Amino acid sequence: MNKTIITVIGKDRVGIIAKVCTYLAECNINILDISQTIVNGYFNMMMIVDTTNSCKSFDELVSDLERVGMETGVSIKAQHEDIFSKMHRL
Amino acid sequence: MINLNEVEQTNRMIEQESLDVRTITLGISLLDCISNRLDELNKNVYNKITTVAKDLVATGAAIERKYGIPIVNKRISLTPISIIGASACKTPDDFVSLAQTIDRAAKEVDVNFVGGYSALVSKGMTTADLNLIKSIPKALSLTERVCSSVNVGSTKTGIDMDAVKLLGEVILETAELTKDQDSIGCAKFVVFCNAPDDNPFMAGAFHGITEGDSVINVGVSGPGVVKTAIAKVRGADFGTLCETIKKTAFQITRVGQLVAQEAAERLNVPFGIVDLSLAPTPAVGDSVADILEEIGLEYVGAPGTTAALALLNDHVKKGGVMASSYVGGLSGAFIPVSEDQGMINAVQAGALTIEKLEAMTCVCSVGLDMIAIPGDTTASTISGIIADEMAIGMINQKTTAVRIIPVKGKKVGDIVEFGGLLGYAPVMPVSNFSCEAFINRGGRIPAPIHSFKN
Repeated sequence: MNKTIITVIGKDRVGIIAKVCTYLAECNINILDISQTIVNGYFNMMMIVDTTNSCKSFDELVSDLERVGMETGVSIKAQHEDIFSKMHRL
Repeated sequence: MINLNEVEQTNRMIEQESLDVRTITLGISLLDCISNRLDELNKNVYNKITTVAKDLVATGAAIERKYGIPIVNKRISLTPISIIGASACKTPDDFVSLAQTIDRAAKEVDVNFVGGYSALVSKGMTTADLNLIKSIPKALSLTERVCSSVNVGSTKTGIDMDAVKLLGEVILETAELTKDQDSIGCAKFVVFCNAPDDNPFMAGAFHGITEGDSVINVGVSGPGVVKTAIAKVRGADFGTLCETIKKTAFQITRVGQLVAQEAAERLNVPFGIVDLSLAPTPAVGDSVADILEEIGLEYVGAPGTTAALALLNDHVKKGGVMASSYVGGLSGAFIPVSEDQGMINAVQAGALTIEKLEAMTCVCSVGLDMIAIPGDTTASTISGIIADEMAIGMINQKTTAVRIIPVKGKKVGDIVEFGGLLGYAPVMPVSNFSCEAFINRGGRIPAPIHSFKN
């Protein structure tokens, strides 16, 4: 399984999750886990997704999500899981 | 599974605390390029570099995208050129032509620096070593991306004082030839004692002759991350402080190890080492001096500075070794003056002198680094400064280095601009008492007693 972490940070508004999920569904990317917090109107979400069967390359995924983020007025990043697991797990 | 807090913490380190991978350095052996014909040698060297390193920059960029972490520099280190050119280069100018070839190759593959315009003369100089050393001023003034280093001593061999004397003159000549750019040539030249074969950092990187055909070495960074972490334990005892540094160094180094392995795999080149370093940049918040001040000093240079640096350096290593399967290079905290805003502030406040910096180099990686001194400093005084630093390395069995810039036309207190990662520096005062008779003795300082371990 190829796990990627997607983070969305920005001002809360209607449809942020919908927009990201629609894009992921179009790319055949499966969502494994979602967690989110809203502090003082600020939206902070993390998704763990499986990109094994994705129809996009990792590079395309990163730039597409950046574009979706710009359209929605939030910041969206996609990073391979390893940078987090190496840093926080032995 | 990874949780939201952990993801936030990592991304905060990258976005707000300047966590980055400072350099991926591809070491390339040029031994198979050797020829006794200069034109043939130049052609071989150009072809070898542009072939082996053709994907280096693109690979670095792809890894940056995959993990969302900046990889600031992609660089190349080469087999010491005095060895490679020994057969073909009969004059210093022959060596200069090789430097220009390397510069062209660096531009072709788009790396910002290439190290290895070097000679290893810790016991004596061959004719080729001497020619290369004499060519350094011209080579550094006619090229943009070539970095040079000379190893003049080691714990095993002692110090070649003939080379130390010559390098005082070479540094002054390099300053003169690049005087229209604040003597920047000297910022690309470093003198070593106990130089490591696998250092990924410039200006002192070279691909040692003990290495294989090619190798990937990675230098990590992250002074801002350490500073933020220890700010959270302000006032706590040394045990807590050291534990915090260690944990943070572990996290930083794990990122370096990940990137190093990925780069090695993608480039199909063996992974060499991760250099466990805290390397500052001129950016605010990316400063080793800030860490020392957070530990409890008003300014770097205050009494207690050497002890604070010693514990910092030691715990960076203790955390780092657990995180990487192979460590090497210089590994430790760097204390360059011009590349660290906190160091610059300390000099300007009158808290930090060359003599205090010299003491600090006894307990951290490398040595007197990126220090601007008055342009009218004599060659023998520069050689004296080098000799002191080399002696510290030789006796303490550690790497020490001198990268000092006598800035032509500038005096104490003037500001010198090097630009980019090299930063800017106030010109620092140097003791003007003479050491000429000492430097003029010639010959070699014998190896210290504790080198005889067999």
